[in-house]
Amino acid sequence: MIEIHALSGAYAVDALDDIERAQFERHLAECAECRAEVAGLRSTAALLAETTATAPPESLRERVLADIATVRPLPPAVATGAATRRRFRLAPLAAAAALVAAVGTGVVVTQPWADDTSQTQLSAVDQVLQADDAERYTKAIDGSEATMVRSRSLNKAVLVTKNMAPPPEGKVYELWLDHEGIGMVPAGLMAQGGEQMILLEGDPATATGAGITVEPAGGSEEPTLPPVTLFAFEQA
Amino acid sequence: MEPIRPTPSGAPAPEAGAPEAPDLGQLLKLSGRGDESAFARLYDAMAARVFGLAVRVVRDRAQAEEVVQESFLEIWRTSGRFDPDRGSAVAWLLTIVHRRAVDRVRSAEASSRRDTTYHDRNQPVAHDATAEAAQASLEARRVRGALASLTDAQRQAIELAYFGGYTHTEVASMLDLPVGTAKTRIRDGLIRLRDEMGVGAS
Repeated sequence: MIEIHALSGAYAVDALDDIERAQFERHLAECAECRAEVAGLRSTAALLAETTATAPPESLRERVLADIATVRPLPPAVATGAATRRRFRLAPLAAAAALVAAVGTGVVVTQPWADDTSQTQLSAVDQVLQADDAERYTKAIDGSEATMVRSRSLNKAVLVTKNMAPPPEGKVYELWLDHEGIGMVPAGLMAQGGEQMILLEGDPATATGAGITVEPAGGSEEPTLPPVTLFAFEQA
Repeated sequence: MEPIRPTPSGAPAPEAGAPEAPDLGQLLKLSGRGDESAFARLYDAMAARVFGLAVRVVRDRAQAEEVVQESFLEIWRTSGRFDPDRGSAVAWLLTIVHRRAVDRVRSAEASSRRDTTYHDRNQPVAHDATAEAAQASLEARRVRGALASLTDAQRQAIELAYFGGYTHTEVASMLDLPVGTAKTRIRDGLIRLRDEMGVGAS
């Protein structure tokens, strides 16, 4: 653990790449010593901002206050009972049923995706978003929006979130692909909410659906239920 | 990147007002209940640090304003989830801002291969723009003093990571350090700074 412990400083100043960050957060979840150290180092790093303080334009204040007036703060993260902490495998049949239910409750397919954010994205993501056969599945989640874009010809899928709530402290979002006869297969982690574009790992082309769950930092091998949302893919 | 500049000799006097620092943790708590005026006070207390940090990291003022706007919206939405047992309110808030600013420079970089205008926009700018405007607060002076106690290598590593938004691996390469040593410099430097500044665990 000595090696991973040494990442605390780099973590405190956001100097880890995504993989290291996921590893370190997994470690953080079980190392009180590191959590305390990170808290102190973050407070220290925050002092650096004293040296660059710059008055923002007055118009920014108005925009910020106008923004928040239209959004409700999230409820506090209420401690979850034992029932929701228990993990169990989403059996293929149950998964299928859940996905059907998801369809029943209103999946909006093919929402044209605004092009305005594309310039800041990786080209692999762009390829999927601009693929001729891109399928789009949009779900509304408590004021946020998650869109799964899949290209069967590229065998790739991208999750695009808008205004997504950040995962609870110490937790991450985990993405899953649902494969017939196999069940939910881990397809990547998303450590943050907000506006994200995440390329899924695995084989979206043959998946029957996808899902998002909340998992402990570092992710899980099997989904914790209930899922945040599920997407049912069109079948060939 | 240059080390943090010392306070310009003609620096403005510490900004007037705010004789007493508001309890940011309390303002966050009130914000979590939907209290917009508490949030406005929180904004007023933090805006200069938030904006200055965003400008320093993303370098482009227009983009920095976007980062600030997005960050405050996220802070508002998640204010009820701030847990004072896990760190200070300032640290919590600036962590959100810093993360967003760093995400923005990194994703902009990822697309720069086909966005040639990015390079023109992102040539290193003189730090004068922000440094001049930086408030010569007492706290800022203390921080500069503490920074001066670090080794050059520690200070450079921290500045490239925190203000430059580079990963420790990139920092190692930029400073010609063996891979894996930059993270140690960053940690050692922060610990030194923490102890110099007398920062508690939270």
